[in-house]
Amino acid sequence: MTQPQSVGVVAPRTQRFTEPLLLKSGGRLEEYELVYETYGELNADRSNAVLVCHALSGSHHVAGYYADAPDNIGWWDNLVGPGKPLDTRKFFVIGVNNLGGCYGSTGPTSIDPATGTSYGANFPFVTVEDWVASQARLADVLGIQQFAAVVGGSLGGMQALSWTLQYPNRVANAAVIAAAPKLSAENIAFNEVARQAILTDPDYHDGDYTAHGVVPERGLRLARMVGHITYLSDDAMAEKFGRSLRHGKQVFSYEAEFEIESYLRYQGKKFAGYFDANTYLLTTKALDYFDPAFEYGGNLPAALSRAQADFLVVSFSTDWRFPPERSHDIVQALLHNRRSVSYAEIDSAAGHDSFLLNDAIYHGVLSAYFDRIKVTAHV
Amino acid sequence: MSKLRYDFQAIAEWIGEGETVLDLGCGDGSLLRHLADTRGVLGYGVEADPDNVKASIRNGINVLQIDLERGLAGFEDGFFDHVVMSFSLQAIHNTIGILTEMLRVGHEAVVSFPNFAYWRHRQAILNGHMPVSENLPHQWYNTPNVRFFTIADFEHLCEMNGIVIRDAIGFDEGVRVREEPNFLASVGLFRLGREH
Repeated sequence: MTQPQSVGVVAPRTQRFTEPLLLKSGGRLEEYELVYETYGELNADRSNAVLVCHALSGSHHVAGYYADAPDNIGWWDNLVGPGKPLDTRKFFVIGVNNLGGCYGSTGPTSIDPATGTSYGANFPFVTVEDWVASQARLADVLGIQQFAAVVGGSLGGMQALSWTLQYPNRVANAAVIAAAPKLSAENIAFNEVARQAILTDPDYHDGDYTAHGVVPERGLRLARMVGHITYLSDDAMAEKFGRSLRHGKQVFSYEAEFEIESYLRYQGKKFAGYFDANTYLLTTKALDYFDPAFEYGGNLPAALSRAQADFLVVSFSTDWRFPPERSHDIVQALLHNRRSVSYAEIDSAAGHDSFLLNDAIYHGVLSAYFDRIKVTAHV
Repeated sequence: MSKLRYDFQAIAEWIGEGETVLDLGCGDGSLLRHLADTRGVLGYGVEADPDNVKASIRNGINVLQIDLERGLAGFEDGFFDHVVMSFSLQAIHNTIGILTEMLRVGHEAVVSFPNFAYWRHRQAILNGHMPVSENLPHQWYNTPNVRFFTIADFEHLCEMNGIVIRDAIGFDEGVRVREEPNFLASVGLFRLGREH
């Protein structure tokens, strides 16, 4: 077996759609663009395509790096590449920036053709279902009738699940990782704290901060800090930071004194420097709204009865954001419908973030699953 | 694929075409692979060991990573035609609990286990040592087994708990034993049900 490699230099592409997209919220996008990247080659019968869906702060930049920014490595580069679990010698892998995002696809920072200024807070609410519908249109353009697999972690896993319900015949396999069939009240509570941090920032200006030449940086920082706490585990924080003090002693100050304070402030500041506040608000609402069982009176097995795909469901032992029990719910609902499903519960100390990490057992499970997917070989 | 085990064929004889099978402690998925190939069953395996989970996935088996000590909560009543547990019962603490659960989620249960009263095991004890054999390959200090029982003990347990023995086969090193199974069989294979 060859050593895992990077897919190397990649470049994003943009696809423009002029057919209006009706959104679940009742809103409507007259036209829009999706930015995407691809890795590997589409085979002759177009049967080897794999869609990778991103989570809250992810993007279309899944793997590889840019020629002019070699340090900007894709967020799931440890998974996608030659010799990696999602092997690009076998699969044609696609990453798409979701609608409402801030990495190039049409979103709050884009220009609204109706007004000539950026959408800002007027960008319509988008849902997981809307993202999937827009991704399906991109698949149409690329000539992909059925994905060999749709893969995602966290919010990306929700998209993978939704794919199997919205387009049952267009997904052969779904890998639903560190996800949940819906958010708990506690999950929504954390999202609401994050949103309130942004919404009550004086620089938010009802979402039109761009027109005021500012960004609600304080709100974004707080949103990211509270989010980050939920991505880690108590164990991981204890191991990484413990009660370590930056000055080696208590100095009785509100400056970042404990290492964990320093870390959260750093993460918050970094995030506020590149992420759009309106995108954050929209995306957390998309998370909150996701609940495919809602229109089935909360009956998840009934909701998943449409699915035809084979499934791999993966959870992580210390993930308290989307704990293993939420994956069990998905597994049992699939079992009820006699679907093919495998489930791995990975022993990991790293909490929700585990899905992004390069754990040997985790990646071994993914390799085993992706290796068994049959696609016609390249010519 | 690993070598076909002798109990697989006997188990397969009890399972009908296209039935639904849950295999507890499915290892690398060989039994379910065999049942899928020969009986076209809809099979699910349960495994706690990560390497076995990977091996089962590679084997094309549906495998669910669940710790059996936590029971089968979440599985629906009577969902499976057969619930199989091959050579794992002796490694589970809650013996009655798991048997009850097997017969809750399945119409029938199939269990196989090493018989501690096998004559060679008796001989080992008479010679002053815990038995080590093909079916009890571990030493007393590193065995994963936590329950040490015989075919006769198991029959008694079933009787005490209203579990009906529908079929029973004893094996001695892979060959069917016709009489005195509690003495001559190294392995017991039982097909269980509930009184109706």
